[in-house]
Amino acid sequence: MKFGVVVFPGSNCDDDAVHALRDQLKQEVVKLWHKDHDLQGCDFIILPGGFSYGDYLRTGAVARFSPIMDEVIKHAERGGYLMGICNGFQILAEARLVPGVLLRNTSQKYVCKNIYLRPESKSALITSELEDRAYKIPIAHGDGRYFADADTLKRLEDNDQIIFRYCDENGSVVESANPNGSLNNIAGVASERKNVFGLMPHPERAADPMLGNTDGKLILEQLLNAVLV
Amino acid sequence: MSAEATEQTANHSPLPTVETARKLGLLPEEYDRICTILGRKPNFTELSIFSVMWSEHCSYKNSIVWLKTLPRDSDRMLAKAGEENAGLVDIGDGLACSFKIESHNHPSAIEPYQGAATGVGGINRDIFTMGARPIAQLNSLRFGNLSLPKTRRLLKGVVKGIGDYGNAFGIPTVGGEVYFDDCYNVNPLVNAFSAGIVEVGMVAKAIAYGVGNPVFIVGSATGKDGIHGATFASEDISDKSTEKLPAVQVGDPFMEKLLLEATLEVIATGQVIGIQDMGAAGIICSTSEMSAKGEHGMDIDLDRVPTRQPNMEPFEILLSESQERMLVVIEKGKEDVIRGIFEKWDLNCEQIGTVTDTGRLKFYRYGELVADVPADDLVLGGGAPQYHRECREPAYYQEFKRFNIEDVQDVQAGELKAVADHLLTHPNICSRRWVYEQYDSMVGTANRSTNAPSDAAVVSVKGTDKSIVITVDCNSRYVNADPEEGCAIAVAEAARNIVCTGGEPLAITNCLNFGNPYVPEVYWQFVGAIKGMKKACEKFATPVTGGNVSFYNQSSDEGPVFPTPTIGMLGLMENPENRMTLAFGQEGDALYLVGQSNNDIASSEYLYSYRGVKASPAPAFDLEEEFAVQQVVKDLITRKLIASCHDLSDGGLFVALAESAMAGQLGFSVQTDPAFRKDAFLFGESQSRVLVSVRTERQAEFEAFLGSTGAAFSRLGEVTSGDFRVDGETLGNVAEAKGLYDNSLAKLVE
Repeated sequence: MKFGVVVFPGSNCDDDAVHALRDQLKQEVVKLWHKDHDLQGCDFIILPGGFSYGDYLRTGAVARFSPIMDEVIKHAERGGYLMGICNGFQILAEARLVPGVLLRNTSQKYVCKNIYLRPESKSALITSELEDRAYKIPIAHGDGRYFADADTLKRLEDNDQIIFRYCDENGSVVESANPNGSLNNIAGVASERKNVFGLMPHPERAADPMLGNTDGKLILEQLLNAVLV
Repeated sequence: MSAEATEQTANHSPLPTVETARKLGLLPEEYDRICTILGRKPNFTELSIFSVMWSEHCSYKNSIVWLKTLPRDSDRMLAKAGEENAGLVDIGDGLACSFKIESHNHPSAIEPYQGAATGVGGINRDIFTMGARPIAQLNSLRFGNLSLPKTRRLLKGVVKGIGDYGNAFGIPTVGGEVYFDDCYNVNPLVNAFSAGIVEVGMVAKAIAYGVGNPVFIVGSATGKDGIHGATFASEDISDKSTEKLPAVQVGDPFMEKLLLEATLEVIATGQVIGIQDMGAAGIICSTSEMSAKGEHGMDIDLDRVPTRQPNMEPFEILLSESQERMLVVIEKGKEDVIRGIFEKWDLNCEQIGTVTDTGRLKFYRYGELVADVPADDLVLGGGAPQYHRECREPAYYQEFKRFNIEDVQDVQAGELKAVADHLLTHPNICSRRWVYEQYDSMVGTANRSTNAPSDAAVVSVKGTDKSIVITVDCNSRYVNADPEEGCAIAVAEAARNIVCTGGEPLAITNCLNFGNPYVPEVYWQFVGAIKGMKKACEKFATPVTGGNVSFYNQSSDEGPVFPTPTIGMLGLMENPENRMTLAFGQEGDALYLVGQSNNDIASSEYLYSYRGVKASPAPAFDLEEEFAVQQVVKDLITRKLIASCHDLSDGGLFVALAESAMAGQLGFSVQTDPAFRKDAFLFGESQSRVLVSVRTERQAEFEAFLGSTGAAFSRLGEVTSGDFRVDGETLGNVAEAKGLYDNSLAKLVE
């Protein structure tokens, strides 16, 4: 599978995504420049974390208008795989490629720490084969509070589009394990067709054994199943 | 030509006088010296140039005499201290680490958010100007009493400023220190450290040569922010300081990120002659330092500098400290290379002048020569003044030495828990979680301390098995009590932190925060600290690669801050298996103290804040003993005889035990030694001691090895499943302790 990691000005997790996919998962990876209109034949597009265009307006609000996003949106509309991590999730939400929005954390503060995630969707590629347990994954964001209106939320639940919820280390989805005030502890969602994934936590930051936590690698490995689909 | 500048300026306005010079922070004798250098009276632009370049911030005029006494050489040093934008140390396999620490105290005192943010921006530019990609940041922060609303405002602003800038810039903040003391009520300290990696041979220099080579300014446009910032940083903080708000710069981390990428790309082309970031004193500092170093000059057309507002005066353009800018000299004929790269990153890139062989800096505005000064006379090592300042031992020094431990009651039966809780919740000891969770500590996927905490931060050098091991340390209470011993302790503690983490100390950078150098007692503290740093750096073979001096950290009413020579130390871990955590590993592991206990509570947090005794000397410290203990710890780690390792520092043995227990979600049971006072044994801060845990099956080998070295060590007890026990008395358990320790700072701040 060929991965493409989009580089917006202000992206700062692009190298981490490349490192995890290329060096840990041994996949072909190319960087895609925001001013280009060519996805270089990639099967799976990643929108990495960072502060695209400085995020001085609303997070992701400028990036969605990047030249490359025309092609990324067409790729998703064709059913191609696309994942946004952190700022990438915020861009996906701004581009309406996944439902919901990301608001300022309830603490009003940026937060970076390890949290625990419980895989939810049984039908989404990224989670369907994961074990039913808590995965330790880092977060690092100031605007990660997931919100959607009641109708949207119901559609997400009914259609099995919620991919991850914040939980405690035992896997219990409790308010005390919610790091940012996200609605129903939602940490990540999939599009209706389940080819587009958005999540605030950073699995690529927990993929290198050198760092003492490889739970993120287990999550990224699920993406390789896309080859079989 | 100089007469031309004089006449032309004279046409517009009268020449400034010695009184103007004084207002700009220059001494009358310095004004006379400028007249001699120029062979005429300077115009206002020229006087402004000298005033910033001869400020302490740029010229080190009151410190350089002593800084030169510090050790600056080792086999690994690739750049002499002060010669480049940051130190450069060979880490093997064709790689070098560039690292430096700098203060941003005065801006942070006035506008904590921007002051701290631009401090982070400035130190990172120093690193990537060298061609090195930053991989990790640290910071060292000092604030006043947390019960004051002002302190809480400063703390919140500084932490948010560091976070917002560093997080967006995308380099992890992997460690640091935060201290609180009344002496910092008016004047907080904000010291920022950054380290980057560069291939040896790809290092860029801060130099200008080659007649006709073009000079470019790249990055942000130049505005009126930060004008005379360098002069401002060389004065006492006063009520009038808020009137200097325009002297505080405003940061843009997004711009910095673009500048980083574009700068590294242009350096990689090999076409760059020299490059220097624009920090203190802006364009004038970069043009003069690069020219002086290359023994060339420059003709600069100020009309071509991109500005944020029209009609900026020449001195405003020259002195502006607008952030995220660089001065670049490239080979003539390669202009399209640099333009293409900066166009790609949507950044300004303007040729503003050319290199000349005159040795002079000539600045033009609207076609007129507005300043004409010799580059070399502006800079340190050239014509900038150097002073010996008067020293006088302060009265308190002998008074502190008269402290007698017998005048302090030892902890009584039943009092242990109260002391333990006091320390675990004390803002100088409790978890810094409230602070560090606001920093992205994991971007770059190289921080090896996230999931295994250690005394120093371990940051993987991608593409190799190596890690750099970095720390910032200074207990300024010790330095105040005894500048020489206290500063030696700061170096020793930094080395100890690196050794306890499995690294080999290589070199230091220093950030010397002191009061007004014209006060003899302050200068005595400065000189003492330098002497202590010298002897410790020589002992640990960690030369000084550079850093910064920040004087005038004092208010007119409340006197100077504690002398605070913050030590940033770089270590190297070649073998990843040597990485040691401070977290206890499993129940039943044996606990040992490596090093000698002492009947000493001097300058401990226990004595200072629990007993309320402020006057005591620095804690017991012997440099030779310290060195010996560190060698033993290195051997214990490489022989894989220990499961955890944590140095004893603030709060003494008890706090070390608690921290290791909490990190491992375990407890401990220890026995005190009746040969020592209980408070000294548990809470004393005498140096050169390390807490280690040992698997039961390695105990015999561990004891036999230590016996063979002759090192002092003693059995303390063992790791428990969760209870904290001292002499059989339960002081709580890991869950309770974590509740206190983890949440204390948030409660005090919010």
